[in-house]
Amino acid sequence: MKGDRFVIFLFLAPAFLISAVFLYYPFFENIVQSFYNTDGFFNSEFIGWDNYKRLFEDEIAIGATLNSLELMLYVAIFQVGIALVLAVMVDSIKHGVRFFRTTFFFPIVISGAAIGLLFTLIYNHRNGLLNEILVNLGFERIVWLTEQSSLYMVAIPTIWSYVGFYFLIILTAIEKIPDDFYEAAKLEGITGFQRMTKLTIPLIVSDLKTCLVLAITGALKIFELVYIITRGGPARSSEVLGTYMYQKAFDDGAIGYGATLAVLMVVIGLSLAFLTNTFLSNKDEVTY
Amino acid sequence: MNFNKKSGEHNLGTEEKQLTLWESFLGRLFTKSKFGKLFIYTILIVWSISTIFPLLWVFLNSFKPSKEIITNTFRLPADPTLQNYLNAFDTIDIGKSYLNSFIMSGSVVFFTLFFGGLAAFVMARMRFRLRGVLQTVLVMSLLIPAFATIVPVYRMMIDLELVNTYWALIIPQTAGNLPFAILVISGYMATIPKELEEASLMDGCSRWSMFTRVFLPVSLPIFGTVGTFVFLWSYNDLFTSLVLVEQEQVRPIVVLLSHVSSQYGTDYGLMTAAIAMTVIPVIVFYLFAQKTLEKGATSGAVKG
Repeated sequence: MKGDRFVIFLFLAPAFLISAVFLYYPFFENIVQSFYNTDGFFNSEFIGWDNYKRLFEDEIAIGATLNSLELMLYVAIFQVGIALVLAVMVDSIKHGVRFFRTTFFFPIVISGAAIGLLFTLIYNHRNGLLNEILVNLGFERIVWLTEQSSLYMVAIPTIWSYVGFYFLIILTAIEKIPDDFYEAAKLEGITGFQRMTKLTIPLIVSDLKTCLVLAITGALKIFELVYIITRGGPARSSEVLGTYMYQKAFDDGAIGYGATLAVLMVVIGLSLAFLTNTFLSNKDEVTY
Repeated sequence: MNFNKKSGEHNLGTEEKQLTLWESFLGRLFTKSKFGKLFIYTILIVWSISTIFPLLWVFLNSFKPSKEIITNTFRLPADPTLQNYLNAFDTIDIGKSYLNSFIMSGSVVFFTLFFGGLAAFVMARMRFRLRGVLQTVLVMSLLIPAFATIVPVYRMMIDLELVNTYWALIIPQTAGNLPFAILVISGYMATIPKELEEASLMDGCSRWSMFTRVFLPVSLPIFGTVGTFVFLWSYNDLFTSLVLVEQEQVRPIVVLLSHVSSQYGTDYGLMTAAIAMTVIPVIVFYLFAQKTLEKGATSGAVKG
């Protein structure tokens, strides 16, 4: 059509211009910044790999990385695992499917900040939900957020709030399996539990892989819940990369070092997503 | 119970072993016995209680004075009061934060859908040389987390003197959501039959009116889905908001919540009211837009 080239340019320009200036340019600029010692304003000095060397000597950064990886492990196993179990269960029942879909999914829409505040109330020592239940049952109050427990205590709301998302993806995948697959299996005498391990799970492997990749990359972005429930404490025991990066760049004014931590997060995220993809490569993908 | 023996065959790797343990456990319960069904329903109901109960608890307590929350946390409010909600408006000005949130997140949705929709139309329906490259760029940009752009964005906003104005949040969030919006909307537009496009060409439509009169109306459902998700991501994004719009007169509701937790951590009444007020509009919205949201979660599962 006449004038199409102009239309193409005109329609694409605003979107790609905004993304280029406020997404792609900052992404590369961030990598550049990670080689500077800068507070973002007046002092800016090129220091080569020094920020990266500092990273490997910074015990808090190493601890935060380990905590992030530990959280990632819990998230990958329990979010996807619980979601799979719940999805298989909901698929096997006749009544109340609608109700369970609704109630399982809705924590997703609530902001991490509100969930964080909710869990500070639940863990509260004096009159938190958990301690009140204990007292009513005749037990002593417990300090829930200690150096030993704090990471688990932020893992629980993280897992709980996102199970519904993976539940829905897996359930949709299971429901997409054509009925004749099951009928054929029935003729072969495959039912119940075997039907699940030999038919359902192999057929949804690629969806499970998507869930795992999403869970792993998502775990690196954990920020809200930790920031609100524990602020990384007590004594840095629940510090993760997201909260530490925020603290360094915006509380301590170490902009350059904050950028370095952000680069570390991207590198870990990309390599783990790549590894997951390679290890779970599905040679025999199914399409209906 | 003969499943137990068979499950032994699957113990290959450690990960599978773990699955198999679970499965053999479940398998026993999948037999048609009534006990099995009862067990399944019990688990499902326990999980839904875990999602409903904490919110119900907060909601009930938000109508009690702080003292009663401490003494009688599980009872219905003896003398229901709106004092906590009034406090939320007086001491922390939650109304202002509400307004800020809706102005900023609403603008992000508008700009993302408008610019994203135009770009998606071109990506889906027109042929040009750079198309493949742009498509790859869009997919890759889904992997960029907010952490990796925030430092330069913050400096740019300082240079532009936009920090602590609405634009400081609107622009970067729009930029961050555009790739997702373009990919999902163009995926939908690509499925619209060619005949529709040809018919509108015959009628002498320009590309612009083809977009506004044909493609926009036909694609409204996907605009709804994308808009809903973009709104929720923007409304719930604490990290970017903390950095760019932290000051009192512009701060959105999530930033206010994080202040409440650090400054009013002992005023339980205020905390419960603040949680209830943040969560209730979203839940009501969810119950109405449930189908749209669920469709988006499963079809647009490209962004983590």
